[in-house]
Amino acid sequence: MNAVTLLDRTPPAAGCDRPVLKERGQREVFCGLTGIVWLHRKIQDAFFLVVGSRTCAHLIQSAAGVMIFAEPRFATAIIEERDLAGRADLHEELDTVVGRLLARRPDIKLLFLVGSCPSEVIKLDLNRAASRLDERLKDRVRVLAYSGSGIETTFTQGEDACLAALVPGMPTLSETAPAPLMVVGTLADVVEDRFKALFDGLGIPVVFLPPRRSRDLPAVGPNTRFLLAQPFLTDTARALEERGATHVAAAFPFGEEGTTAWLAAAARLYGVSEERFAEVTAPSRDRAKRAVARHRPALEGKSIFFFPDSQLEIPLARFLARELGMIPVEVGTPYLHRRHLADDLELLPHDVLVSEGQDVDKQLDRCRAARPDLVVCGLGLANPLEAEGITTKWSIELVFSPVHGYEHAGDLAELFARPLGRRDRLRV
Amino acid sequence: MQLTVWTYEGPPHVGAMRVCTGMTDLHYVLHAPQGDTYADLLFTMIERRNARPPVTYTTFQARDLGSDTADLFQSAVRDAYERFKPAAMIVGASCTAELIQDDPGGLAKAAGLPIPVIPLDLPSYQKKENWGAAETFYRIVRSLAGPHAPAPGHVRPARAAGTRPSCNILGPTALGFRHRDDVREITALLDRMGIDVNVVAPMGASVADIARLGEADFSVVLYPEVAGTAAQWLKRTFGQPLVQTVPIGVGATREFIAEVAAITGVDATAVLADPASRLPWYSRSVDSTYLTGKRVFIFGDATHVLASARIATEELGFTVAGMGTYSREFAREVREAAARYGVEALISDDYLEVEEKIAAAHPELVLGTQMERHIAKRLGVPCAVISAPVHVQDFPARHSPQVGFEGANVIFDSWVHPLMMGLEEHLLGMFRDDFEFVDGASPSHLGHAPAKSEPHDIQVAPAIAEAVAGGSDAVAWSVEAEKELKKIPFFVRGKARRNTEAYAVEKSIPVITVEALYDAKAHFGR
Ligand code: SF4
Repeated sequence: MNAVTLLDRTPPAAGCDRPVLKERGQREVFCGLTGIVWLHRKIQDAFFLVVGSRTCAHLIQSAAGVMIFAEPRFATAIIEERDLAGRADLHEELDTVVGRLLARRPDIKLLFLVGSCPSEVIKLDLNRAASRLDERLKDRVRVLAYSGSGIETTFTQGEDACLAALVPGMPTLSETAPAPLMVVGTLADVVEDRFKALFDGLGIPVVFLPPRRSRDLPAVGPNTRFLLAQPFLTDTARALEERGATHVAAAFPFGEEGTTAWLAAAARLYGVSEERFAEVTAPSRDRAKRAVARHRPALEGKSIFFFPDSQLEIPLARFLARELGMIPVEVGTPYLHRRHLADDLELLPHDVLVSEGQDVDKQLDRCRAARPDLVVCGLGLANPLEAEGITTKWSIELVFSPVHGYEHAGDLAELFARPLGRRDRLRV
Repeated sequence: MQLTVWTYEGPPHVGAMRVCTGMTDLHYVLHAPQGDTYADLLFTMIERRNARPPVTYTTFQARDLGSDTADLFQSAVRDAYERFKPAAMIVGASCTAELIQDDPGGLAKAAGLPIPVIPLDLPSYQKKENWGAAETFYRIVRSLAGPHAPAPGHVRPARAAGTRPSCNILGPTALGFRHRDDVREITALLDRMGIDVNVVAPMGASVADIARLGEADFSVVLYPEVAGTAAQWLKRTFGQPLVQTVPIGVGATREFIAEVAAITGVDATAVLADPASRLPWYSRSVDSTYLTGKRVFIFGDATHVLASARIATEELGFTVAGMGTYSREFAREVREAAARYGVEALISDDYLEVEEKIAAAHPELVLGTQMERHIAKRLGVPCAVISAPVHVQDFPARHSPQVGFEGANVIFDSWVHPLMMGLEEHLLGMFRDDFEFVDGASPSHLGHAPAKSEPHDIQVAPAIAEAVAGGSDAVAWSVEAEKELKKIPFFVRGKARRNTEAYAVEKSIPVITVEALYDAKAHFGR
């Protein structure tokens, strides 16, 4: 690729027709509640109150794992026997819990009531509860609801549900107003700042969803064009489209190639010239290429197997295959959004098996038979596979670490190179 | 509804998982949504297990509700049997499946597997992890050992002459606090007494082992939280006496030995005479004088809290400043003990309440779980971990038991070490105005490169720093008083600061001087 053709793009074949192995069996993936772990870091004046069971509280605690046990901006309202037996009015109970919580935390400006499997199954209407509380707490705290339940969401879909819940409350941008580009999906602040700098350089006004402060919710209208920064935002995209915004299709910003394609999609839209685009992106692109190239010797020709986890699997496999010469064997994803992933699917080598959903025991059989050099999987599978002599990379780190954009392309490659490098060092 | 920030115990099915994962050929089919599979990581990451827990989750979804969740469960049972070929199976529901009422027990039975299938009924909205472990273990023991029960009224035949007495060790599970090392320690101790171990259960036991629990002469109830119910049933059914002293600490270990000797008639004189623990001498040696009257706050599961309170007072000469447990099942025992130490027991699983109580007690050492370790860190107080819930650090590479004489050695080290570190910090602080100890000077054995910025105070996390700073902007500190305050050991400095400020507010002193500092000290002096 040279600078002159940077903004050229052949649209992917309409509707990717690659065969996908659909699995239905035991899933070994977190539920959407997990998203709270990074969402509460991002929206700094938001509190996440899960309405669920002890299991839900334990899940978040276990997923948060190494975090310091301070008083975090999330908690669980644990449903008890008396609530179920009808001896207590659930809505009254919830109001009391929220009252206690807000008395403790006057700094909270946005409260999410987060639904769980138990709250869904007993049909506790949290949307209703949220609007009632929202009405009551007007001017003090906004109250919204979404579901992170395991019967409806896997892992990163919790973020999707959360952001989708924010959309109706976004201010309206009039039809005549010029609309800044909207970047959608939680990014580490350091990544967001780098993207902001690049868009500034390109002369593209940009806003981010979610914002760092709840009052900074961006406006949306029929002129809004949005780029997804994360591949798991199906419902959020739909909600934005319902408010008139238009999705800008692009590969996801992982690695030098993905980031360039992603930025280029925006640049085309805002009429940025080839020259300016090349000039603004060149230093970062060079740095990214050099940083990625350092890890190529460790990864080139190595096979890799993805267990489904975050829905980042396809863009990551694309990055590893095209920029590092790895050989994806199977790329599992909990859910495949063909339209949002069209560009990445197109770029992913066509002989790679893509699987959607999971039957974990069968997938482990396939994995053992393939003997890949590296397996990307959840925390429940990693040590057992290592004990079988298979090198693994924890997928959760890919969600918790800054890995988007040019400046983190090298870090992203390193996350995959490190376990292999470690294996080479050890003589025990 | 209960507002919960952090939980000490998981749901009861996690207790069942700890029992099942500890065993060698049992499988658990759990009717649960996908998110509940997080529990696997407790075992594979925290305990670093090299295999997945033997648990199959049905991972039903919203679209399955009302149609075929029952079929899903039944096929999960069949598939799990085909794939894992366990010797027995436990089946049950997690919190969500409990609500959809599919009757896992009945469905599994209808599947007609050629192995024992044990249904579990673990009410998720009432009970918690340890109760779940105890109930599961009891159900397993009843189902598998029950068929070998002697007829009622049958009298246990006397042990054949010349054979060693044997016992079962009951209670250790997967993910237990030092269970791995405790089992090795207690087994060696019993062996030295001339006693064999028939079965250790649930950890390490097979289904066949559970069936022959009745063969032992007596039971050692090592962790009553898990083993209590099953042990009582074994006692009733097989006439096996129970040894219920938990041998944590020197005194308790000696009592344990005496109790075992009384039940079995073995001569324990030699074992008791062996100066196997260094704790008594280390505690009497003069360098330990500074431990006298150290105020400790103790919190954790009941077994470890009760044992720790005894060790703290009788074997290390500490003072109990507060104690409590999250094990409501053992509230009575803990309350009684607390009364003996002159404090009121805190029976709570509310982390914020525990934090509040610890802060209010101004302890000089916290003995708690990993969660209290974080509280202590924020308060700048030394801490040692004595109980579950566990963290990866609670599975040290070295042998590190809590029970028996070696356990007492381990406890001496792990409790005294953080206090010594505190003392060292204080000495460093005292000398810091000497010219070679100016802030930033690095220890001489590290050469003379200036250290970057060496905070002598333990860093206090922002949340608490804010909370602490919250009330303090009303009064100011003079430079001299601030300096004087730094001479006070860091682990009581926070308390001194708070007391002085409270005193200043009360007496309407706008600026705290050295005088005011010492006035306050005299005012609050205990
Ligand atoms: S899967 Fe459902 S019950 Fe389990 S932790 Fe997630 S929301 Fe709670």
